[in-house]
Amino acid sequence: MGDSQYSFSLTTFSPSGKLVQIEHALTAVGSGQTSLGIKASNGVVIATEKKLPSILVDEASVQKIQILTPNIGVVYSGMGPDSRVLVRKSRKQAEQYHRLYKEPIPVTQLVRETAAVMQEFTQSGGVRPFGVSLLVAGFDDKGPQLYQVDPSGSYFSWKASAMGKNVSNAKTFLEKRYTDDMELDDAVHTAILTLKEGFEGQISGKNIEIGIIGADKKFRVLTPSEIEDYLQEVE
Amino acid sequence: MSIFEYNGSALVAMVGKNCFAIASDRRLGVQLQTIATDFQRIYNIHPKLFIGLSGLASDAQTLYQRLVFRHKLYELREERNMKPETFASLVSAIQYEKRFGPYFCQPVIAGLGDDDKPFICTMDAIGAKELAKDFVVAGTASESLYGACEAMFKPDMEAEELFETISQALLSSVDRDCLSGWGGHVYVVTPMEVTEKILKGRMD
Repeated sequence: MGDSQYSFSLTTFSPSGKLVQIEHALTAVGSGQTSLGIKASNGVVIATEKKLPSILVDEASVQKIQILTPNIGVVYSGMGPDSRVLVRKSRKQAEQYHRLYKEPIPVTQLVRETAAVMQEFTQSGGVRPFGVSLLVAGFDDKGPQLYQVDPSGSYFSWKASAMGKNVSNAKTFLEKRYTDDMELDDAVHTAILTLKEGFEGQISGKNIEIGIIGADKKFRVLTPSEIEDYLQEVE
Repeated sequence: MSIFEYNGSALVAMVGKNCFAIASDRRLGVQLQTIATDFQRIYNIHPKLFIGLSGLASDAQTLYQRLVFRHKLYELREERNMKPETFASLVSAIQYEKRFGPYFCQPVIAGLGDDDKPFICTMDAIGAKELAKDFVVAGTASESLYGACEAMFKPDMEAEELFETISQALLSSVDRDCLSGWGGHVYVVTPMEVTEKILKGRMD
């Protein structure tokens, strides 16, 4: 690594004090498919568009929403392969925590460690920042939590957030519809309506993905038929 | 002569009704010579968690320092105190890291967990946990302590009765062990308060 032309960090400061590579990474995120998350009083829902490049793709094999621990799930906007690396690292960190303390990792700790990984890649030689933003949804002793982690490694806790192509419309919609005492089912309906806002084409159980976690602390991805049921309720 | 018997120690922890007590002797010796009669074996990790370390005194002190270090960082990161069960898992992991060159210590961990439920456990020098509902013992006087505790223990004792019972069990057991004694050091912990008492027994 030492002799390579690229052994210096690719994220170097510009004269205006910005890290241009991170800005570009955020652009990559901004051109990715829309995803969003809503924290309800008794759970969290995360959802994303699942637009496949061709009708020949087997949509049952594609899963954008991933489980990190039994009570924490994640969705991304941006480059899919980058998200897989982060999911793998996060799962390992969660298991290492469990091996040491025999306790499930708190959501904040897992988010902090994932963010630290993302930050490492903005300050190391020969690597580029991750081209994904993650929405981490979990339920632990502190209750339901929703975090967004950006390519820079900064993370925020959100009541509701969106990322990707349709981010500004989606956020405006969420700002209007969000209430603090929303329950999980209402949150799922709101999530679907928000996705519908910017959706090109006909929304169905096969081209969106929804993951929920309730007070049972078990994260799960809804099946296409469950999504169809919610869609019908929304109509 | 076993390395565990180099310094001499006696440790016992007992569960009462919504409370626990942990007690140790006070002798620090170098084989047959008594060096100190006020040696601290029981440490306070946080107000509801105590750990007693028997065995080689040098390893006990080092292990305690490592554990305090880990707990302080945990407290800073997670903004909460460690539960006793979690702490026991941590101690076990740290001891097993040194599987082929262990700390010559047998810890006794006692604390109040969620909803102030008393928790006690002990483990061997390489981290094999032993949870108990009534009492745990460690140290050179452990065999006498097992007998004394088994005879004197009753479930659901209140704090005062628990103090009397653990003190009697400790003092009578260390009298049968030449390497431990010189008084006792007892902590009784309830959700409200922590009481610390020094016992005067046979000073030999």
